Amino acid sequence: MYSLPIVLEATLNGLLTGAIYALVALGLTLVYGVLHIINFAHGAFLTAAMFAVWMAVTFLGVDPYVAIPFLTIVFFAIGYGAQRFVIGPASHGDDGNILLVTLGLSIVIENILLAVFRADTRTITTDYAFEVVEIGPLLISQARLYGFLAAVVVSGLLWGLLTRTDTGKAIRAVAKEKLGASLVGIDVRHIYAVTFGLGCATLAVAACLLMPIFYVNPRVGQAFVLVAFTIVVLGGMGSIPGALAGGLFIGVVESLTGLFFGDSLGQIGIFIIFILVLLLRPSGLFGARA
Amino acid sequence: MLEVRGLRAGYGGVEVLRGIDLSVKAGEIIAVLGSNGVGKTTLNKVLSGVLAADAGEMMFDGRPLQGLSPAEVVEAGLIHVPEGRKIFPNMSVRENLELGSYRRARRNRAANLEKVYATFPRLRERMGQAAGTLSGGEQQMVAIGRGMMAEPRLLILDEPSLGLSPLLVEEMFALIQRLNAEGLPIMLVEQNVVQSLEAATRAYIIENGIVALSGEARALAADPALRRAYLGL
Repeated sequence: MYSLPIVLEATLNGLLTGAIYALVALGLTLVYGVLHIINFAHGAFLTAAMFAVWMAVTFLGVDPYVAIPFLTIVFFAIGYGAQRFVIGPASHGDDGNILLVTLGLSIVIENILLAVFRADTRTITTDYAFEVVEIGPLLISQARLYGFLAAVVVSGLLWGLLTRTDTGKAIRAVAKEKLGASLVGIDVRHIYAVTFGLGCATLAVAACLLMPIFYVNPRVGQAFVLVAFTIVVLGGMGSIPGALAGGLFIGVVESLTGLFFGDSLGQIGIFIIFILVLLLRPSGLFGARA
Repeated sequence: MLEVRGLRAGYGGVEVLRGIDLSVKAGEIIAVLGSNGVGKTTLNKVLSGVLAADAGEMMFDGRPLQGLSPAEVVEAGLIHVPEGRKIFPNMSVRENLELGSYRRARRNRAANLEKVYATFPRLRERMGQAAGTLSGGEQQMVAIGRGMMAEPRLLILDEPSLGLSPLLVEEMFALIQRLNAEGLPIMLVEQNVVQSLEAATRAYIIENGIVALSGEARALAADPALRRAYLGL
């Protein structure tokens, strides 16, 4: 069997990757919680954000971490616009339509990316890509550590936004009671768009954290969204603490399955967990009981 | 204060309101009465901008309400406490009340919160509790308290006594009169004819989408036709 430090290292690496998964899941669960639909365009937006990071690094020479604030704002605006001017009007208030519109949007975005960037897989190079931090006997990739810290900070900020600000409270109010929200003067369409914008903004952050340790091609987002969807179900649909805990957990599961059964089988662990959750606790770890 | 003339509205071709005329003057409690399905809730939805009117005129404080969004209606000070309360069940009592001042009177939030707690000491005790876990009477307090947070110029209460025990219904009507005594005009939309007529200054009886009877509440309470139709006397 493997020695303890190797297992510990794999666990730690899993936590670090899991934090980024959590970030992707956070946006998905937020949009689900308010609009009550799974946003099928989530993966495509993530891919687009990763290409944006790639361009910023390759053409402008900006460090991916420095690009975070700027891309967050840009993707908030893109998400806001997409919901307010495309998804909202095109779905005529029917949740089933929103689902299809986001699916259509994802196809459009992916094919635009394919047309512009071709199907090539691209990476960026940073000075610190191979730097490690030593924690006792463990070696931790610096880029992953940054990613973890940033994911925790962003989740904290999002939590603060939802619980401390009027806009955040309005988001939670609209999630459960639309008519009541309108009658206190909350503009429901605006809040929908803000929520969608926030979902895309978290993707921009995730993209900045991912690019130093991952690659991008026009279909890369799908893999993450599949994992993120598992996390959302595991944590409880619409639950933010659930997305965080679920993300970390899935990260560790993937890393340990990879360690014990080989890298190519790493994702099997995730989907076994997914099926178990659906069988044993369909409302998820933090989900409201039906 | 509020002037409604010839108001028509409905859902997808089915006309529910077939030409309503009514008015609320400063300082009044107006009762809008009628049995289930005559259009009372539709009237409230049109007034608060949730549903568009097909025809007619609505003036609030000399300004037309037609075409305003629900947010703009709230901003003007016409606050609607809906039937079924529609509070935010997942949020604390305090957060529910705070959102009452989302669009209007935000600057006076702290002071108004104190006022609501003074009116409903019960809500102060339950401040941190999720509103969905409260009893029906307490949830109604949250709904009215949330309305008060916006410093309403006119408060529409839709079925505030619905689902409450007889004792709580008494309390609710006492509260409505107390709020009114402090200068707040109230449009009380109710099925509870007897107690509403006792509390109100004037009343409108709606039948099939039109005002069938209207006048001083005391006179209406003595009207033989009304007594037969609604009180079974």
